[in-house]
Amino acid sequence: MRILLLFALFMVSVQTTAATVLPVKEITTGVYVHFGKHQFPDSKNHGEIANLGFIVGQKCVAVIDSGGNPEQGLALKQAVTETTQTPICYVINTHVHPDHINGNSAFKAAGVKLVGHHKLARAMSARGSYYLDKAADQLGVKMSAADLIPPDIEVKDSMKLDLGGRTLVLKAHPTAHTDNDLTVYDEKTNTIWLSDLLFTEHVPTLDGSLKGWLSEIDKLEKQSFHYVIPGHGELVTDWPQSMQAQKHYLTLLLTEIRAAIKKGQHLEDAVQTVGYSEKNNWALFDDYHRKNVTTAFAELEWED
Amino acid sequence: MKYSKLLPTIFITTLLPIAAIAAEDEKIWNNVLKPEYFAGQAIEESDNIIELEAPVRAEDPALVPIKVTSKVKQTKEHYIKKILVLVDNNPFPFVGEFEFTPESGKADIAMRIRVNSNSNIRAIAQINDGKLMMTKKFVKASGGCSAPIGANLDEAMSRLGKIKFRLENEVKAGEPNLVQLMISHPNITGMQMDQVTRFVKKSHFVKDVKVTFNGKPVLTAKTDIAISADPNFRFYFVPEKAGDLKAEVTDTSCELPTKRDVCAKGNTYTETFKVQP
Ligand SMILES: [Zn+2]
Repeated sequence: MRILLLFALFMVSVQTTAATVLPVKEITTGVYVHFGKHQFPDSKNHGEIANLGFIVGQKCVAVIDSGGNPEQGLALKQAVTETTQTPICYVINTHVHPDHINGNSAFKAAGVKLVGHHKLARAMSARGSYYLDKAADQLGVKMSAADLIPPDIEVKDSMKLDLGGRTLVLKAHPTAHTDNDLTVYDEKTNTIWLSDLLFTEHVPTLDGSLKGWLSEIDKLEKQSFHYVIPGHGELVTDWPQSMQAQKHYLTLLLTEIRAAIKKGQHLEDAVQTVGYSEKNNWALFDDYHRKNVTTAFAELEWED
Repeated sequence: MKYSKLLPTIFITTLLPIAAIAAEDEKIWNNVLKPEYFAGQAIEESDNIIELEAPVRAEDPALVPIKVTSKVKQTKEHYIKKILVLVDNNPFPFVGEFEFTPESGKADIAMRIRVNSNSNIRAIAQINDGKLMMTKKFVKASGGCSAPIGANLDEAMSRLGKIKFRLENEVKAGEPNLVQLMISHPNITGMQMDQVTRFVKKSHFVKDVKVTFNGKPVLTAKTDIAISADPNFRFYFVPEKAGDLKAEVTDTSCELPTKRDVCAKGNTYTETFKVQP
């Protein structure tokens, strides 16, 4: 039995290492997306859960998020090579979470610049050793500090990247999903890559500021986009319609936590009572909801 | 990086008998923590004097609410003097040491802590007659994307030193009343990845919390980096009449995240709150 199991595991591992080209979909001219599955990062999926992709210009390719581990990074790089002969000039990290940046080392090469929010390096430094431990313990991924590479180019407010015949506008947001969220706007196709500023189907995860996130949503909602790419979830073509579920969830957290604090409830009470009407509306609700309430509570209890 | 090398290790780990894992859980306590804090002393393991509440899973490793509840009254003859809280598997296991007096009314203490990985959390109470009682809870670390840091460092920094008292109910004279103390402080751990040295930031954390009522000590605590950002404590005090609840909070910054021999003198922040039973 044990031998059989080990054999089965061996087969799985062979399959994993053999899959070297990440499947991507061209959602509009030159914009390629790999859509992740809604799973909790674990030792079966090795943290390969986020949406990743790349945008192709005449001179340069910009990769957006590098993957949940170095191997997925290599598979994404392979997908670029199979799609175009244009070289990769930029790897944009949308924020510090491991499912988005653990593949950075796969792209290390002369002429490739890593791009991130001006607070990304600090967050990587503060969380790096913890994330490396988690990669080993929970993702079954062996990584070292050399795999966590901070940005070469830091975006303070906004920045334009010329890919040749198309310009990307990067925007560093105030604290929202995290304190280092960066979005990518492609002028040519009116596409915005919101990454984890937008979740559809997958419950939003809060690791920054609830009020900050809601305020960024308000600004984005007033703009019109042809295509919107979330960090987790399907392609959005009806902006801002598909964002309403997230807005509703976050607004509910705000309202119910404020009410709980007013009633004199403690954090541990709020975690048991707030937001459960949303339970059936989201994938992975049980995995992240209590963490969301916790983070939001710690923020809102300082309101006067 | 090869999964094929890692998978069998994980597989074998899950086959370890429970007893072996339990023994593993006590290793740091037996070999490091017990000798460090209670060398040569007998400690009784029981829930008779204090009880520890902690979640089964640390939903947010940066903010794990725990609560020590005492089961005995604080009297002049018999009272809990001190409660020590440790997280075995944290890089710096010492969370805090909380001193009480007969005037505390009830030696309860609730707080929020950082839990880095699967670990026993333990609370050890010292009775005024010298007896030691220990209780513990195993907390599973959460996976996902959060880290035991704090979500919004700059926000906590901008409010640095702001202190709030919050009374839970209408104050009753001569009885233990529950009070919440909120301290705005990033409580920076100083745990940084050396490779990104540009950002090396020394630890910066609350090390002393003194709460008095009309000058008499209510709670005296030594705390450390395992306390969450924006330290939050709940405890009891007994007001005989109207008066001032006063908090004095002192922070520090140490050269190394897990050593306390070279630390700089920090600042002291105070707050006074009028209590009218
Ligand atoms: Zn994220």
